[in-house]
Amino acid sequence: MFIYLLKRVSLGLVIVVFAVTLLFCMIHLVPGDPARILLGPRATPEMIAHLSAQMGLDQPMAMQILKFFGNLLRGDLGMDVITNRPVAEIVFGQLPYTLWLIGSAIVGAMLIGIPLGCYSALHRNTWFDRFSGIISVACITAPAFVVALYSLLIFAVWLKWFPAVGAGEPGDFFDQISHLVLPAIAIGISWVGYLSRLVRASMLEVMGENHIRTARAYGLPENTVVYQYALKLAVLPTVTVIGVGMGFLLSAALFTEIVFSRPGIGKLIFDSITTRNYPVVMGSVLVSTIIFVISTAVSDLINAWLDPRIRNSL
Amino acid sequence: MSKATDNVLSIRNLSIDYATQEGSLKALRNVDLDIPKGQIVGVVGESGCGKSTLISSIIQLMANNAKTTSGTVFFEGEDLLTMSPTKLKSLRGQRMSIVFQDPMSTLNPVLTIGKQMVDIQYRDKRSKSQKRQRSADMLAQVGIPDPASRLNQYPHEFSGGMQQRISIAMALQAQPALLIADEPTTALDATLEVQIIDMLKELQSSIGCSILFISHHLGVIAELCNQVVVMYAGEIVEQGPVSRVFKSPKHPYTQKLLECDPASIAKKTRNLPTIEGEIPNLSDLPAGCIFTSRCHKKTAQCEELKPKRHAVTQGATEKHFVTCHLESL
Ligand SMILES: Nc1ncnc2c1ncn2[C@@H]1O[C@H](COP(=O)(O)OP(=O)(O)OP(=O)(O)O)[C@@H](O)[C@H]1O
Ligand SMILES: [Mg+2]
Repeated sequence: MFIYLLKRVSLGLVIVVFAVTLLFCMIHLVPGDPARILLGPRATPEMIAHLSAQMGLDQPMAMQILKFFGNLLRGDLGMDVITNRPVAEIVFGQLPYTLWLIGSAIVGAMLIGIPLGCYSALHRNTWFDRFSGIISVACITAPAFVVALYSLLIFAVWLKWFPAVGAGEPGDFFDQISHLVLPAIAIGISWVGYLSRLVRASMLEVMGENHIRTARAYGLPENTVVYQYALKLAVLPTVTVIGVGMGFLLSAALFTEIVFSRPGIGKLIFDSITTRNYPVVMGSVLVSTIIFVISTAVSDLINAWLDPRIRNSL
Repeated sequence: MSKATDNVLSIRNLSIDYATQEGSLKALRNVDLDIPKGQIVGVVGESGCGKSTLISSIIQLMANNAKTTSGTVFFEGEDLLTMSPTKLKSLRGQRMSIVFQDPMSTLNPVLTIGKQMVDIQYRDKRSKSQKRQRSADMLAQVGIPDPASRLNQYPHEFSGGMQQRISIAMALQAQPALLIADEPTTALDATLEVQIIDMLKELQSSIGCSILFISHHLGVIAELCNQVVVMYAGEIVEQGPVSRVFKSPKHPYTQKLLECDPASIAKKTRNLPTIEGEIPNLSDLPAGCIFTSRCHKKTAQCEELKPKRHAVTQGATEKHFVTCHLESL
């Protein structure tokens, strides 16, 4: 267990270092001096040099990266060069919106997709199974930003069932929920299809295994066989996929937050890239990467909790 | 009526096909088999001769591509093939129970042994702790040390032989009228095998159940069973009381199997002796006797004509049957 955690943490660190380094390289490859673009066309060379020094852009890249991690160890993500507020404060201010969005999307997708997949597997080749198969594949192929745009047009602009932009009044729970519905659907809908296909396939596989035949040979009730004996094994691959899928969810959240003008990490990344506000870009990408690393570790732990064979090998 | 109730299980003319890409594979053909009350019937035959298929039909848990093309399977006077699913379910784990082949995959890997053994007692009205106690007792009987704490462990924490014994304990716990065991001692060493055989005998005499016992081990069959059924490529070629069949085998296949000195069977043949030649393709059967291609006594008619089943000993109470042209004279 301890070795597992150690492995996990060091792997996570490698991923984070890699992601940050990659980002530094990309920032330097993008044409245009960030400081110049930030300051606008009328900036004097002195102002540009001053800002460059303030952002650390005048130093070699390796130095910049080292400094970034050095500050990180002290919990310092740097300063936003535009508003002069700490990046950490900005990022953590936006983070809850994205977490709510992703969380409700994936939980909703699980609540619909997993039972759908189970039911399809247990009623294989019925009209229901075929129909849900077609719908699922259609859902999988729909990109989040397309669903976002159309749901915005249909349900917000045309039918006016849900609000179109923003995240709702702080403190007004129902207002926030109604602002959450469309974006969450835009992100979650392809996961409904994906999860239902995945659960169906693994359920079918498990139901064909010998130990299920044993359970049947003892006349156990069908509900016990399916929900206690088979499902526990059938969700293992799904848990892994969701853990890794956190990366896809974060990028889907980016598009969706832009379309719905919703606050959140995705919108923050987008806005800070367009304004070349690099400290904020770095901070939000870092936090997203850490979320991804944590979610894969959590999915491993959930699987270990479900499956004693994994638990023993940790 | 009286005839039907003498037998716990009575199979008539059972044929089962598997749908495969090469067409239908005729895994079982015209099988007739009786298991009298309180008797132990052994089945021997090479790998692939249809022993597991026979069992899957008795518990009516067949592969998806299996199809019963003819026959009846009467269990305690009722045909399992036409029985309602609810009725079938009420028999399983109550009136009949089974030890499957391949012990490493028969138990659920993510549930404790205790849960699995308690769950199969779901029809009992006893408390959960009483059920656990009973399961622990069963584990102790099959020689699992420290059974009470072992109940909290998962299948992968046991060796293959232990898993096999747990499967046996589960099957015995049900106290069935018919116990089916598909090669239940393959993963056990010789001493344990003897213990398990003794236990099965004991159980058989204490609760009076019948046992259908499948094994490659001729010595165990000789030791444990009252009757023996010899299968070859999906057909029963010879059957009768163990004493008769093993002493004077009539079918050339049985003779080959027993070619070694019958007295030393118990020691020498942990595995079935190998016979040269191969089992015929079950998707494309020969016209005559199924064993012709490997038979050392074949005659011209064997190639063309299917042999019929003959009683070897006329009038004896315990019938000895053989399906061979040589015996029809
Ligand atoms: N699901 C299936 N689909 C197609 N063919 C099958 C299927 N199950 C079994 N068979 C074939 O049917 C024949 C009988 O198989 P069966 O498993 O009953 O043999 P067995 O006597 O139990 O062998 P073993 O001693 O190896 O367990 C074999 O030729 C096998 O290949
Ligand atoms: Mg078999």
